[in-house]
Amino acid sequence: MPAPAVYLDWNATTPLDAAVREAMLPWLSERFGNASSNHAFGRYARAALYEARSRVAAAVGAHPTEVIFTSGGSEANNLFLKGAAVCLPPGRLAVSAIEHPCVLEPARQLARQGWTLTEIGARADGTIDPEHFRAALAARPAIVSVMAANNETGVLQALAALAAEARAVGAWFHSDAVQAFGKVALDFRALGLSALTLSAHKIGGPLGAGALVLDKRLELAPLIAGGGQERGLRAGTENIAALVGFGVAAERAMQRREKDAARLTALRDGLQARVTALGATVFAPESARLPNTLYFAFPGINGDALAGRLDAMGFACGSGSACSSARSGASHVLAAMGVAPDLARGALRVSTGYGTCAEDIAAFVGALMNSIAELGSLTAVSAR
Amino acid sequence: MKLPIYLDYSATTPVDPRVAQAMIPWLAEKFGNPASRSHAFGWEADAAVEAARENVAALIGAEAREIVWTSGATESDNLAIKGAAHFYQDKGRHIVTVKTEHKAVLDTVRELEREGFEATYLDVRENGIVDLDVFRAALKPGTSVASVMLVNNEIGVIQPVAEMGAICREKGVIFHVDAAQATGKIGIDLKNLSVDLMSLSAHKTYGPKGIGALYVRRKPRVRLEAQMHGGGHERGMRSGTLATHQIVGMGEAFRLAREEMATETPRVRALRDRLLAGIQGIDATYVNGDMEQRVAHNLNVSFAYVEGESLMMAIKDIAVSSGSACTSASLEPSYVLRALGRDDELAHSSIRFTLGRFSTEEEIDYAVQLLRAKVGKLRELSPLWEMVQEGIDLNTVRWVAR
Amino acid sequence: MTYSSKVLDHYENPRNVGSFAQDEEGVATGMVGAPACGDVMKLQIKVGKDGVIEDARFKTYGCGSAIASSSLVTEWVKGKTLDEALTIKNAQIAEELALPPVKIHCSVLAEDAIRAAVADYKKKYTGE
Repeated sequence: MPAPAVYLDWNATTPLDAAVREAMLPWLSERFGNASSNHAFGRYARAALYEARSRVAAAVGAHPTEVIFTSGGSEANNLFLKGAAVCLPPGRLAVSAIEHPCVLEPARQLARQGWTLTEIGARADGTIDPEHFRAALAARPAIVSVMAANNETGVLQALAALAAEARAVGAWFHSDAVQAFGKVALDFRALGLSALTLSAHKIGGPLGAGALVLDKRLELAPLIAGGGQERGLRAGTENIAALVGFGVAAERAMQRREKDAARLTALRDGLQARVTALGATVFAPESARLPNTLYFAFPGINGDALAGRLDAMGFACGSGSACSSARSGASHVLAAMGVAPDLARGALRVSTGYGTCAEDIAAFVGALMNSIAELGSLTAVSAR
Repeated sequence: MKLPIYLDYSATTPVDPRVAQAMIPWLAEKFGNPASRSHAFGWEADAAVEAARENVAALIGAEAREIVWTSGATESDNLAIKGAAHFYQDKGRHIVTVKTEHKAVLDTVRELEREGFEATYLDVRENGIVDLDVFRAALKPGTSVASVMLVNNEIGVIQPVAEMGAICREKGVIFHVDAAQATGKIGIDLKNLSVDLMSLSAHKTYGPKGIGALYVRRKPRVRLEAQMHGGGHERGMRSGTLATHQIVGMGEAFRLAREEMATETPRVRALRDRLLAGIQGIDATYVNGDMEQRVAHNLNVSFAYVEGESLMMAIKDIAVSSGSACTSASLEPSYVLRALGRDDELAHSSIRFTLGRFSTEEEIDYAVQLLRAKVGKLRELSPLWEMVQEGIDLNTVRWVAR
Repeated sequence: MTYSSKVLDHYENPRNVGSFAQDEEGVATGMVGAPACGDVMKLQIKVGKDGVIEDARFKTYGCGSAIASSSLVTEWVKGKTLDEALTIKNAQIAEELALPPVKIHCSVLAEDAIRAAVADYKKKYTGE
C-alpha cells in the first residue's frame, strides 16, 4: 500500500488539527478525572467541560446550556428525533429524502412505531422541493428535519425560510448541520431553529464527539438513560478529551472560516471547470454549495473503480456509494434528485479542507485524466 | 509523592501511558474514517478497529464478532436492556434486576416501566450479594431479561453471575451483565459463562473515556433492537462513525489488562489490605460489603459519627468518593449502602477508596495518617460522637428533622 | 463542589466549638437535624442576666457548609438579645457564606438551631 499522499475526502472525516491535538493530550494524561467526581480531579474536568460547551455554543450563537454533548452527529440526530417523539403524541413527521441515514433511519423507525412519515423530495438542483415541503407542512407535522448542507452534493438549503414556515405551523424544526458547521455561517437563534446537530470530526476535531443544540424551551427524553449527565438528556461519563478538542476545533473553525471559504471556493470552481472540460457531469453545479465540495460523474465510468484507481495513485476521495451509506448501492441523494442510476453509479466526491492547496488539486487533475483514460478504455473494451 | 493522591479508580482510571502512545498516531497522520471504503485512510482505520476488537474479545473469552462498539458502558447498558426487552417483548414484559445496580441499569429499567414493562428490583443480603434462591424465585414465565452487575461500583462485591446465568439459561431468560467495574480486575471467560450480553467500559480499565462495548452472544444467538439508527455500522446494532483512536485505546488497555492482571491484582490487594489495617486502628469504623467476594482494589468504610462529605473536605489531599449525597438535589445517602440495610447515618458516613495500577505504599501510608488525624478532628466537632461518649443510645433520641 | 473562601475559613477554623455544661446558669441548647438526613447541629447559648447572649458554642455533624453555617451563627448571636437573635434569617447566612443552591438547607438548619436554642431558654428560664 503506497503512503496516501493527498486527502480529498474531508466530508468523510478531517485530519485532527494540530492545535486541537495539543489541547486534548493533557486530558489523556495527567488530567484524567471524571467530571462527576467531587474532588480536584473532577473539578478540573468540569471546568474543561464548561469551557468546551461555551466554545461550541459561541460558534453557533447558542447559549451554553443549550448544548447537549453526544458521541457524535449520528447520536445527536437520533436523540432529537426519538427524544422528541417520546414527548409528543404520535403524529406526523417530515424529513427530507436527501438526509443522512442517521436522520432517515430513526425517522423510519418512528414510522414503524405509529408515526406518519413524509419524505420531502428534492429537485434536480439538490434543493428540497418547496411545493412538496409546503404540502408536508399542510399536514401539520410535529417534527420537521432538513439538513443544512448535503454531505454528497454540498448543496445548501434555505434554512431560515424553511424554519420560519415550519414554525408557523407549530412544528419543531431540526437541522443536521454536520457538514455545514465550520464551512458556512450558522446562527442558531437567527435561523430560528428548534435544534441543530453538530459533529467535531468534520471540522478538525476528534472522532467521538458531537452535540445537539436544543432550544431551551423544548423538552426531550434521553436516548441514553442513567447518571443524569447533560441535564439528564444524555447519560454516561463525559469524554472530556474529545469534548475539549471539539471546543477548540469549533473556535478555530470560526476563526478561519471566511478566509478558507474564499480560497476553497476558488479551488473548487477551478476543478469544476477542469472536470467539466474532461467530459464529467457535475451534480448541482448552479446551486449554492459548500465551498469545499464537488460531486461529479464521468458517464460510463464506475465511481468505485475510479476512486480505487485514484487511491492507488495516492489520492483519497469518496465514491457515491461510499459516502452515501455503509451499504453498497447507488446514492439515495442522487436518486432523489432524479439522476439516472447509470450516471449515479459513476459519482465521485472531492471534498477539501484548510489543508488542501492548489498543488494538490493540480496533481489530482493529472491523476484523474490518467485514470479516466485507463478506465475509459477498459470500459470500451468490456462493452465490446 | 505527588498530591492529591488519587484513590478513586472506580470513578475513572488514568489512561495508561502505553495506551496513550498507542492512540496518538490515530490522532495524527492516521485520521481516516473506518467506514470510508474508497481509500487507504479508511482501510487502515478499519484494520485498527478490527485488531482492537480482537483484544477486547480476548480479555473476556469472546469472539471478535461478538463485540459491538458503543460510547461507553452506560450506552451498552441502555442498548442491552432496552434492545433485548423490545426485541423479546412477545416472550414477556418482565425485567429482573437488583437494587444495587448502577444508575445506567436502574434508570433504563425505570424507563421500560414507563413504557409498560413490569420490573422486579431484588434485595441484596447485608454483605451486598444477591441470594440465588431469591434470584431464581424472581424469574417468572413472563420474564424476558435479567440484568445483574458483575462487580459493584461502590462496594466492590462480586455477584455470582455464573450460577445466575445457569438459572437464566434454564428458564430461557436473556441475561445481561454490567462488567464495567470487573474487566482487568477479575477473570472473565464467556466460553464458560451463560451470559448473553455484557457491558464493557474502557475508562475504568486504563483506557480512554467515550468508548465502551457490548458483548452480544452468537451461540445461542441473541438479538437486539438497535437504539441508534443510521448508516448500519456494527452489523446494524449501533450506527455512528467509529472513533478509531478511542477504539485503539480500548483495545490496547484490554490487551494490557489481560497480560498484567495476574501480577497487578495481588499487588493492589496487598495495598488495599494495608489501608484496611490502618483504618481498623480508628474507633467505630465499619467495612461495607463482603470482604471475601470482593475485588482487590475496593474498600468502602463508614466512619461513624462523621459525615462523609465533610470528611472528604478534610482529607482533600486524597481524592476519594463518598456515599453521602449532600451535594445532590435529593439528600439521600447512597442507595447501595441503604440496600445493605446500613442505617442512614452510616451511609452518610461512608467513604469509598479504590486503588489501582499507579497506587503506592507511600500513598496508602499517607492516607491512613491523614484519616486518623481528620476523623479525630471531626469527631471533636460531632454532637453525635459526644452523645455516644456520654453513653446515649442515638436510636432513643427523638430527632427534630425538617 | 467548590467552596467559598468563607466556608473554607469557618470549616478549617471553626469558631466556638464545644459544649457548655447543661446545668450552667443561663445555658440553653438547640439541637436540630437528624443523623439519617446527614446533618445534626447542636447550638448552645449562654444568656446573661440582662437578657443578652454572652457566649455560644456549637457542634455539628454534617457537610462543610453545615459546619460553616453553625460556626457563623455562634459569632452572630453573641451580643444579641434573644429577640434580636431570632431576626437572623437563613438567607443572610447563605449570602454571607455564598452557599450554592444545593447547600441552602444548611443555612435553614442553622436558623432552626437558633430558634430551638431560644425556645429552650424560654422554656427553661421563663416558663414559656
